[in-house]
Amino acid sequence: MDGTVALLAAVIVASTPLLFAAIGELVAERSGVLNLGVEGMMLAGAVTGFAVTLTTGSHLIGIGSAAVAGAGMALVFAVLTLTLMANQVATGLALTIFGVGLSALVGSGFVGTPLPRLPRLDIPGLSDLPVLGPLLFRHDILVYGAVALTLAVAWFLAKTRGGMILRAVGENHEAAHGLGYNVIRIRYLAVLFGGLCAGLGGAFLSIAYTPMWIEQMTAGRGWIALALVVFAAWRPLRVLVGAYLFGGVTILQLHAQGLGLFAVPSQVMSMLPYIATIIVLVIISVGPWKARLQAPACLGRPFAPTT
Amino acid sequence: MVRLEPRAQISPVMSWLTPVLAVLLTVAAGAVLFAAMGYDPVRSLRAFFIAPISSAYGLAELGVKATPLILIATGLAVGFRAGVWNIGAEGQLTLGALAGGYVGLLFWGQAGWYILPLMMIAGVLGGMAWAAIPAFLKAKFDVNEILVSLMLTYVGLLLLSALIYGPLRSPEGFGFPESRMFSPSAQLPNLIAGTRLHLGAVITGVIVLVVWFLMSRTLFGFQVTVIGQAPAAARFAGFSRARMIWISLMMGGGLAGLAGLFEVAGPIGQIVPTISPGYGFTAIIVAFLGRLHPLGCVLAGLLVALSYLGGENAQITVGMPQAVTGVFQGMLLFFLLAADVLVRYRLRVGKPALARS
Repeated sequence: MDGTVALLAAVIVASTPLLFAAIGELVAERSGVLNLGVEGMMLAGAVTGFAVTLTTGSHLIGIGSAAVAGAGMALVFAVLTLTLMANQVATGLALTIFGVGLSALVGSGFVGTPLPRLPRLDIPGLSDLPVLGPLLFRHDILVYGAVALTLAVAWFLAKTRGGMILRAVGENHEAAHGLGYNVIRIRYLAVLFGGLCAGLGGAFLSIAYTPMWIEQMTAGRGWIALALVVFAAWRPLRVLVGAYLFGGVTILQLHAQGLGLFAVPSQVMSMLPYIATIIVLVIISVGPWKARLQAPACLGRPFAPTT
Repeated sequence: MVRLEPRAQISPVMSWLTPVLAVLLTVAAGAVLFAAMGYDPVRSLRAFFIAPISSAYGLAELGVKATPLILIATGLAVGFRAGVWNIGAEGQLTLGALAGGYVGLLFWGQAGWYILPLMMIAGVLGGMAWAAIPAFLKAKFDVNEILVSLMLTYVGLLLLSALIYGPLRSPEGFGFPESRMFSPSAQLPNLIAGTRLHLGAVITGVIVLVVWFLMSRTLFGFQVTVIGQAPAAARFAGFSRARMIWISLMMGGGLAGLAGLFEVAGPIGQIVPTISPGYGFTAIIVAFLGRLHPLGCVLAGLLVALSYLGGENAQITVGMPQAVTGVFQGMLLFFLLAADVLVRYRLRVGKPALARS
């Protein structure tokens, strides 16, 4: 029983970086912008979060700086694609290549340096509950933050005027423009929010999940987050489910490796999250789900105001 | 006030000038970056861009690094023109190196003229096999090829690791994760004694010319361009989208696989845990910088190859982290994408002219 709870709690932890990155990308995509640079923004957040936490000694300042770094990377993307109308796919790839290089450069002095792990924040009262306590209420602030952020985004998109405007911009930017909304400004904000979230996801990796800096430590999570948004059919709460699913695959393969359950090399087990991503992409592309039909209609299309 | 005004037609002059502009901006930004990192910018730029190619050996090394970049970019450019985004060339390169290298190991200790051609065929097939997965899924179910080809890159790198720590490990290698060295018959001959420039560079040149001919002189090349730029018109004309997806990914995957085989049968001479320093990703930059044109890819490949040599040299002579190479490559693509706005738009100063539409 305790083992199962610990396992499920580990799934929640492992899904946190994916949740941050995916919920941010979801907001950007709902506004009609496809940013493939999530991996690069996460790496910028990871190295910044690590470096600032190490030098200031404060995890919170580190987390804040990581969010700013992620948003800064997103700003580069936004200027190129929204102001200069560059191709979104190419610019997103450039952002990832740049993020990989820049984070390696900034982090080259930090490789091998240990960092105190982001402390746990037990919720008073609730953390002592049987089963639910260790499962849900004995995590660090970023784990709570990721879930809270997802719920907040779900509420924002579904229930608020701002969320409705953002969705309108993503579905039909000409009409939104015609109604007097500033399409470009709204997309800037959505892209910046995406970068901020990706930065937080990266910071979680480098100061909480494995508190150290390793080159390319995101290991494709930014790309998996992109797949998660498709899997979730651009719905925030489904992102939560998807993130737990992928977190589950990660933990499962780690445990199977640790216990030596299968007589296969560890590398084969490490392939699982990537193969699972492909399988999920196939499943949602066939059969009755057809998630793509629910993609924001203006996703990836540049907008140039004509009048 | 400065505004952007759409051009009636894209400017062909600008489309060849913007890469030059992007390179100049990257060098300028590089000088600022070096200064910000506390290095003497002039000395660093010299170490990065000039010193590596001021000897015959350096020029040959430039060819060694440019060969895989040009080969992969030439294949990717076809797909990018058709709007097929294969970004998993790094994985396809790895599978090509594994498949071709495996054939080389089968003939270990043997001699024969047929060994290298067999390895090359296996390399091409290995890359194609890996690219066939996103091609099938894209053509059949419209699954996003960007994500599938990228996920397969991670799988491919893990597969290489599993095999090199397992069955491919040399029995005489004292436990190091390396295969046996290929026999002389399974290694690409060097073109110039004392350098590492190998036969693969010549084959790459021939392939570039063939692709150039295909793209500029045949109906196939025309179809690729139409499908990429006007999908509706292409459908109306009866050009098959599924066929184009397959051709794009097979060309990209096959040439990436061949590039991988060239690396293991050329400069490396055996299968090792790290075959490429990210050539498959960097080739994306080369393809764009070369304007998705085979001959453009050659110029762009030579230039981007210099960033690898520059990074290595700057590390040795100025003590700079080698990661600076990746920053340069990223900046180059950013500046190119930003400068490309000039291809489609004109800069205008002042108020918009009225009634110009």
